[in-house]
Amino acid sequence: MSVSSKRRGRQSYLLPSKPRVKSFAAIAGKKEGEGPLRGLFDIVIADDTLGEKSWERAESRMLEDVIRLCLEKKELSPESVDAFLGGDLLNQIVSASFAARQLGVPFLGLYGACSTMAESLLIGSMLIDGGFAQNVVCATCSHFSTAERQYRFPLEMGSVRPPYAQWTVTGAGATALTAEQGYPIAIESLTLGAVVDYNQNDENNMGAAMAPAAADTLRSHLAEMNRGADYYDLIVTGDLGRVGQALFEELCAEHGIELGGRYLDCGSEIFAPEQNLYSGGSGCGCSALVLNGKLLKEMERGERRRMLFMATGALLSPTTTLQGESIPGIAHAVSLEVC
Amino acid sequence: MNYGKTSKHASYDERVKRLSPKSEKPMSLLKAFAVGGGICLLGQLIRDAGLVLELEEDAAALLSTFSLVFLSALLTGLGVYDKLGRFAGAGSIVPITGFANSMVSPAMEFKREGYITGVGAKMFVIAGPVLVYGISSSVLVGLIYFFLRIAFKG
Amino acid sequence: MMMYLKVFAVGGLICAAGQLLLIYTRLGSAKILVLFVTLGVFLSALGLYQPLVDFAGAGATVPLPGFGHLLAKGALEAVREDGLAGALTGGTAAAAGGIAAAIALGYAVALLFTPKTKE
Repeated sequence: MSVSSKRRGRQSYLLPSKPRVKSFAAIAGKKEGEGPLRGLFDIVIADDTLGEKSWERAESRMLEDVIRLCLEKKELSPESVDAFLGGDLLNQIVSASFAARQLGVPFLGLYGACSTMAESLLIGSMLIDGGFAQNVVCATCSHFSTAERQYRFPLEMGSVRPPYAQWTVTGAGATALTAEQGYPIAIESLTLGAVVDYNQNDENNMGAAMAPAAADTLRSHLAEMNRGADYYDLIVTGDLGRVGQALFEELCAEHGIELGGRYLDCGSEIFAPEQNLYSGGSGCGCSALVLNGKLLKEMERGERRRMLFMATGALLSPTTTLQGESIPGIAHAVSLEVC
Repeated sequence: MNYGKTSKHASYDERVKRLSPKSEKPMSLLKAFAVGGGICLLGQLIRDAGLVLELEEDAAALLSTFSLVFLSALLTGLGVYDKLGRFAGAGSIVPITGFANSMVSPAMEFKREGYITGVGAKMFVIAGPVLVYGISSSVLVGLIYFFLRIAFKG
Repeated sequence: MMMYLKVFAVGGLICAAGQLLLIYTRLGSAKILVLFVTLGVFLSALGLYQPLVDFAGAGATVPLPGFGHLLAKGALEAVREDGLAGALTGGTAAAAGGIAAAIALGYAVALLFTPKTKE
């Protein structure tokens, strides 16, 4: 099959072989485990150091553990995995590469900020559809305490953040994809996101920076796949939070996309407003937890048949923030369906 | 290439402003006022206690500063000061205790990066700029004063 | 008793001013601290801060502008005593006690305690 027959328009691709979701797993932190999604995670960690000597080690361990758990569920050995695709938020994505060192699986490190879960599914399903791999595992993680010390202030500092800020999720999620048929959930099509920048430069308001990218990717996906939003039972954005979610809904309405009641945002979903965590969750672990803890289970039970998963990322760094640069946003879309 | 503001971005800015929740102003101001005032009051009480113990004026002031810095360092170590900060905002940032917290918290945080390259280096991440600008402007003020004195004597 | 009321009110008002800056600007705490110290230095040099200290005691000395006042007062006094050299040494010398206490205690606390995640 030639490339042109798989490609739809500028950014979208159809996957004729429909790579399947073979297994998935989620490990959540304490706050995440006490939120609206309690009871849905495989493991909820009580101690966010996992007994390790640093939070960075704990984060990497969490990623390694979630991948092992994901593989064990379907009795896959690390040797049978052709590639591990994933990343995290730490400098030089060390959580992912250190986890890959422990697993001994061929590794492609990805950085798409909080969009990395979708980015890894996107590339992983392409590897399978292209016939390059039989089994791949896509996994990402984030950790409140590592993100805090890298991007913001020391934990014990009495700092203040505005009410529209977001709370980095502690958690890791893994999805194993396979070329084997016979599993109910398949990846059907993809849209590669373009970087969109609406000149937002408040690093506390990442939802505002990412919402235009999510709206742009959704519009491209629907146009190029020649679908209406009602094609899907559920459209999911990654971690816009409650502010970004409201902005996204307005932007969609302007583009003439009717989301109706079939939309949710992982950042708004992961924490309840009563938990007082500002405007919701963020971090690579946010969409990874909601996807692998809740959404894939609902698809497996047949409660949802067509879902568009769009993880969103704010492509900033502490350096660019200090230099006064605006925050570019990105969103990648993965269309999942129950066969 | 256009990195500047366009009308599209300007209208988006208005939308962001409209949809972003605002801080609870009266309540947060009241909390900052009460906690900040309370810390100052504590400082005054310690100073007056020093005077009762027949300390010199300067020594009593120093005792007050030391006690507040000590208390702040202890509460930071015990993991209490950051909670106070979330409650009181500037009320616990602006007093000298907030300055101490801004030195103690990174010192603790970066222990894992080593006692010299971590604790030693990171202690001044936030306090450093305060010292740079505070001390530099005191030198500037001193210099201006020195030359004014010469000018007026002459 | 009246004095304690003044301490509380003035100290509280300076902190509330800081809170206003936190809410209405995007300066953030680090820049507000720098602003307050520098402001304290210059107000003190112009002779405007000492009256507030006389009026409210610790209410004016405990907030960061008071730290600036200490620096400026030290610099001016040292210039009167030692001339040009005083301009360099005066401010730092006056603030040395507080700074050294924060450094030593910061180090000691870092030895004894490990940070915990935010609740």
